[in-house]
Amino acid sequence: MALLEIKNLHARVAAPGGKDILKGVNLSLNKGEVHAIMGKNGSGKSTLCQVIAGRDAYEVTAGQILFEGKDVLDMSAEERAREGVFLAFQYPVEIPGVSTSYFLRAAVNAIKKHRGEKELDAAQFLRLVKEKQSMLGIEQSFMNRAVNEGFSGGEKKRNEVFQMAVVNPRLGLLDETDSGLDIDALKTVAAGINTLHSQDAERAMLVVTHYQRLLNYVVPDFVHVMIDGRIVKSGGKELALELEDRGYDWVEDEVGQGV
Amino acid sequence: MSQIAERYSNVNDLARTARDGANGHGRPWLDDLRQRALARFTDVGFPNARDEEWRFTNLAPIAKTTFKPGLADAAVSPERVARFGFRAEAAVELVFVNGHYAAALSHLNELPRGLKVLSLAAAVETDANRVQAHLGRYASIQQNPFVALNTGSLGDGAYVHMARGTVLERPIHLLFVSTAQAGVPTVTHPRVLIVAEDGARATIVESYVGAGDDAGGGAGAAYFTNAVTEVVAGPDAVIDHYRLQQEGLGAYHVSTLHVNLDRSADFISHAATLGGALTRNDLNVWLNGEYAHATLNGLVIIGGTQHVDNHTLLRHEKANCPSHELYKHVLDGRASGVFKGKIFVQKDAQKTDSKQGSKSLLLSDDATMNSQPALEIYADDVKCTHGSTIGPVDDDMVFYLRTRGVGLDAARHLLTYAFAADVTRRIRVEPVRRRLEDFMAAQHGLPQDLRITDVGAHDEKAR
Repeated sequence: MALLEIKNLHARVAAPGGKDILKGVNLSLNKGEVHAIMGKNGSGKSTLCQVIAGRDAYEVTAGQILFEGKDVLDMSAEERAREGVFLAFQYPVEIPGVSTSYFLRAAVNAIKKHRGEKELDAAQFLRLVKEKQSMLGIEQSFMNRAVNEGFSGGEKKRNEVFQMAVVNPRLGLLDETDSGLDIDALKTVAAGINTLHSQDAERAMLVVTHYQRLLNYVVPDFVHVMIDGRIVKSGGKELALELEDRGYDWVEDEVGQGV
Repeated sequence: MSQIAERYSNVNDLARTARDGANGHGRPWLDDLRQRALARFTDVGFPNARDEEWRFTNLAPIAKTTFKPGLADAAVSPERVARFGFRAEAAVELVFVNGHYAAALSHLNELPRGLKVLSLAAAVETDANRVQAHLGRYASIQQNPFVALNTGSLGDGAYVHMARGTVLERPIHLLFVSTAQAGVPTVTHPRVLIVAEDGARATIVESYVGAGDDAGGGAGAAYFTNAVTEVVAGPDAVIDHYRLQQEGLGAYHVSTLHVNLDRSADFISHAATLGGALTRNDLNVWLNGEYAHATLNGLVIIGGTQHVDNHTLLRHEKANCPSHELYKHVLDGRASGVFKGKIFVQKDAQKTDSKQGSKSLLLSDDATMNSQPALEIYADDVKCTHGSTIGPVDDDMVFYLRTRGVGLDAARHLLTYAFAADVTRRIRVEPVRRRLEDFMAAQHGLPQDLRITDVGAHDEKAR
């Protein structure tokens, strides 16, 4: 059974006269696989991540999303998270007054409760955090600060990867995790993603990216190209290099010819 | 007899009640003050909606009710006092039942030299000259009819005097308990006078609670608390003032706090309103000396059909004074809130640095908030900024938390708590902060052990 199965997914902006964004996405991910989705701005790749995660600003009008065989569209965003879906945001929001430590412990325990596992007390949570921090080479100090407040772009993205490490999902959706990062920050974030990937052979990742360069460091098993709300072409990691070289237009032409 | 007095017969009732209950202690100046005040009140009566300062607060529930005076000797259980009292955490705790000093429920630990804390009735005897010099000089009977009514009812209250250089580590707690009588609406007029001489430093907490019910409990009988506090801070004095209103959901609460700051005096106010069916607080601070500082922090947490109106006035009379104001409101149900923050800068008040913020969180579609700054600036070298936000819990923040597994309700509760905690984290008096955090946590179902503590940089610097 595929870990994630998306069949003919259509979604629009959930507002009167809302635009159609996803126009029949088909995608299948197995455990342990890294899939990259590339496409121009406006192709719908970020929206795909958010729809999988359950953002109610979008409305699914047709199709199916199955996670471990279960129909995800019936579930709320928090239920999906508790089932093992994690969204690393493109623009992580700042939350004044709520410390990362507080909210992450509440999150971890909500997930544990859902799975019938024992919740962590403060000391146990601290141990978990320390373990993940040393694994990723991150320092302590930001845990008691408000979530993402005053963080640079790179720090926010590192925090996303750190949270993913702590929450330990079965599927990671990385929505343009590389956007806005300079090369050094990119390498750090990529190293974190790779560490996580190597630590857990079962976890799958969907890496949405505009530029190919992240994929130099986080090597995908499959690359998909998204154009105008659909995945139109799939291939191996060489496809990413070809897109870097030639742009997206040739794919549009190729797809057009096939029609 | 004015038309207004005729229209609302209870204006006369209240005046008569005041006359009967007041005690001039055989002091002509006090009698004179009271008489002038009562005459003023019967002359103008209650404000109505045509009065700009009272436009958003309907006083009909107060104006149309016949109130009897609260009983001086009403029974209040020690448990009740213990619930709201600070005991050993306060240097001194005076308990007032229906505005009258209750010695048996109070405690005065050993007071440092230079500190006097006593009932106003006693102070009129022992500290006559000073009381006469200050009482009624700041809160104006001309300006505010409720002040006139309170002043007309003068008899007892709290008096705090700090001689120059007196420093007090633990807070002074003035606990005002109102007892409702089944079916009989009652009225009390708590009065406080605080005089701090040069360099004196102290923390003073005023708590207003009901005897048989509390915010969050049932409606209970109606009672009307009409409180006036005057704070006089001499040069270099530092006063940390807390005002906590946690009366019942059937209570009416009108308060006036008037503060006069001399050169380099520092006044920090924390005012929280949790209870009351109808509340109006006026906070007026006159920065009357150069380099005086004023910081006003406000918190309103209401729901149901509660209405809270906070009017503040910061009057910059002299140069080089910074003032900083932050009021936060959490409104649920069909509650309504009003904030009017007036800043007045005199011609000579150059280098005024004034920052005002009003932020409101609407938790339901029916809650409403009306927030207005009002700036009147006559000096030309000043910095005055103001900002107001009113809105629901942020969708993006809620979604972020949900994608980590935090449920929708829990996420909303967490964000609401964090919003209010921005004000409570600035509170340095432990029992007050605890009481507010407990209230907030109970409202929002947060587990007691996961208490949010100071989380570092926030949108407003803590002071």
